[in-house]
Amino acid sequence: MAIVAAAERPAVASRLAAALRDAAGTALLALGLAVPILALRIDVNINNQPILRPRWDYVAIAVGLAFAARLAHLLVRPTLTARTARPQPAAPTAVRARLGQALSLVGIALLILYPLIVLELVGQAGAVKWIDNFGVQILIYVMLGWGLNIVVGLAGLLDLGYAAFYAVGAYSTALLSENLGFGFWLCLPLAGIFAALWGIMLGFPVLRLRGDYLAIVTLAFGEIIRLVLINWVPVTNGYAGISGIPRPSFFGLPFNASDEGFAAFFGFEFSPLHRTIFLFYVILALALLTNWVTLRLRRLPIGRAWEALREDEVACRSLGINTTSTKLTAFAIGAGFGGFAGSFFAARQGFISPESFTFMESAVVVAIVVLGGMGSQLGVAVAAVAMIGGTELLRELDWLKDVFGPDFDPTQYRMLLFGLAMVLVMLWKPRGLIGTRSPSIHLRERRAVKAGLVKEGHG
Amino acid sequence: MSAADPLLAVEHLTMRFGGLIAIDDLSFTAARGEITALIGPNGAGKTTVFNCATGFYKPSSGRLVLSHGGRPATDEIDVLTESGRRWGITPAGPVFLLERMPDHEVAARAKVARTFQNIRLFSGMTVLENLIVAQHNPLMLASGWTVLGLIGARRYATAERAAVERARYWLDQIGLGDRADDAAGELPYGAQRRLEIARAMCTEPQLLCLDEPAAGLNPRETARLTELLLSIRRAHSLSILLIEHDMSVVMEISDHVVVLDYGQKIADGSPDAVRNDPRVVAAYLGVEDREVDKVEAEIAE
Repeated sequence: MAIVAAAERPAVASRLAAALRDAAGTALLALGLAVPILALRIDVNINNQPILRPRWDYVAIAVGLAFAARLAHLLVRPTLTARTARPQPAAPTAVRARLGQALSLVGIALLILYPLIVLELVGQAGAVKWIDNFGVQILIYVMLGWGLNIVVGLAGLLDLGYAAFYAVGAYSTALLSENLGFGFWLCLPLAGIFAALWGIMLGFPVLRLRGDYLAIVTLAFGEIIRLVLINWVPVTNGYAGISGIPRPSFFGLPFNASDEGFAAFFGFEFSPLHRTIFLFYVILALALLTNWVTLRLRRLPIGRAWEALREDEVACRSLGINTTSTKLTAFAIGAGFGGFAGSFFAARQGFISPESFTFMESAVVVAIVVLGGMGSQLGVAVAAVAMIGGTELLRELDWLKDVFGPDFDPTQYRMLLFGLAMVLVMLWKPRGLIGTRSPSIHLRERRAVKAGLVKEGHG
Repeated sequence: MSAADPLLAVEHLTMRFGGLIAIDDLSFTAARGEITALIGPNGAGKTTVFNCATGFYKPSSGRLVLSHGGRPATDEIDVLTESGRRWGITPAGPVFLLERMPDHEVAARAKVARTFQNIRLFSGMTVLENLIVAQHNPLMLASGWTVLGLIGARRYATAERAAVERARYWLDQIGLGDRADDAAGELPYGAQRRLEIARAMCTEPQLLCLDEPAAGLNPRETARLTELLLSIRRAHSLSILLIEHDMSVVMEISDHVVVLDYGQKIADGSPDAVRNDPRVVAAYLGVEDREVDKVEAEIAE
């Protein structure tokens, strides 16, 4: 025992020394970065003259943080990996499957009851924020994530222009209602169909491209759509956008205070909250539809062909799978769900402009899919809650103003935190929150496929 | 040529990559129900022939005729070639001009399946899924191009059960029945080779093209492979086109051997005839008598 301890001590010491050296290197790197970025700040004094204000304390904090974080990472990681490497006792498959089923039922029930729970907890005044900002907003991104998951996660085609289809859906709804007077429920399917057609139109020219080239062309496509929306002023009204998009009605009953309104018909007292709650249920239904269709497609030949395409395109062709039409269906169906989400977005906001469909939007949706674990429905939903809910939560952190002063705006640090979350996920879960793949069919028992074996696809 | 009933007739096949002539006016036939081996030194153009026959390459010139039924009359094939169509029905049965067909059509319509020199399994999918994906086209039809499957039609459920049954049959054939739910990438190398063959067989091919199926296998696995190939041929009246470097495999199972060197056919006949052909021996040893004299002369100087 004593011998072992004696032998371990030098090992620990050398590991510590190596970690310290590494951390010192990181600190040096941080210093190099922090000096030009943080050290000097140009302010304007009372006489409107620029003055140089040194901020060496900021540099010291940044370097110290980098040193501490790197050291902690180096010392903690081996223990963490050792713990995760230990085989975990797997529950019997049948039990686990039934447990998963029960959990998803409970989850859906909770989602359906969510507005009522919120109303009960915070009352009418505070409920709008929780149902709209947290509920509806997150569900839109869950739906976008699930739609893009078909293209990126299942078929392995990296699409960086997904916001384009979101925009096509939104503008279809806006233009159809403005020019032809169509209601939301007629616009919704049409928007999905138009977006799917645009998906095919994008798909045709880019089918020859793979990997990075595909990603760049889809990115460019997203920008083209946005620039057309900005510059085609006679139709889209340019930057000013389109307003007055009709709100969804409840089977023909509008949500207003009139005698024909929803509230009057059911004998409720009118409240704007009714519409918010109704919108919540609409997007919940749309998101669940997306999920249902995706899960169903995965068990159909087309879904299996998508995943096979992600694994090995040449092998697919040798088995008689028409990869062209397979890729096109992935693009079209993914884009179609993006169009549904866009249509809903337009109807919920009542106003849209090209500002809502920037590259940032595409990037956030791709980030949700990657963070969640490509191909995993649950992972994508969790990632959407974390990313979008996290952003909304930052708005709630007013108490930070007491700490950092009244000028401090936590939402400004949104991207910084996204970046940090990405780095952490890369370190500990390189394949996303749920990296394992659940097989679409099984003979005896369903066993998850390890993350390392599943390919990401090459476009 | 011995072939009385050719399944695949390769006629004057030439493949150029820029200035390089990979295959130069190659003609041979693969007879129905036989195992035809394609051998030759590295770089002789064997895999290029495979890629031309399976639609992955478009040949520079030449014709590849695959006939499903019996032997079609020569003039019928010529009429089909003139018509510009990719396939046609002759009194003897359907005839396919493989050089005109894209890769997936060769597999789906002409029923030519292939394996690859470096294994190409869907490693992140289970063994069973690999075999189900191979049955994509009939399942796609049964699912009404996804529409019927989406609404849960019984027709698709029945078709999927049949597909699973076929997969189970092939798993038993290759001895992987108990590993159906494991990821294909987790299997040992030899099992992956066999699985690739089973996956190709799930497309119900008329012609199976195997690109070095014994590469990297140990003697026991090789013996198991030859046994598998022979039993498949017996039970499924299948024709096999085989590229192989392991001469013991070639000599043991092939009915007919075609030898390539620098893109040209240097021998064509029964395994025994080819083994004793001096040109084949020279190609494999890489030295010709003439050159030996030259080298000796150089040493003497």
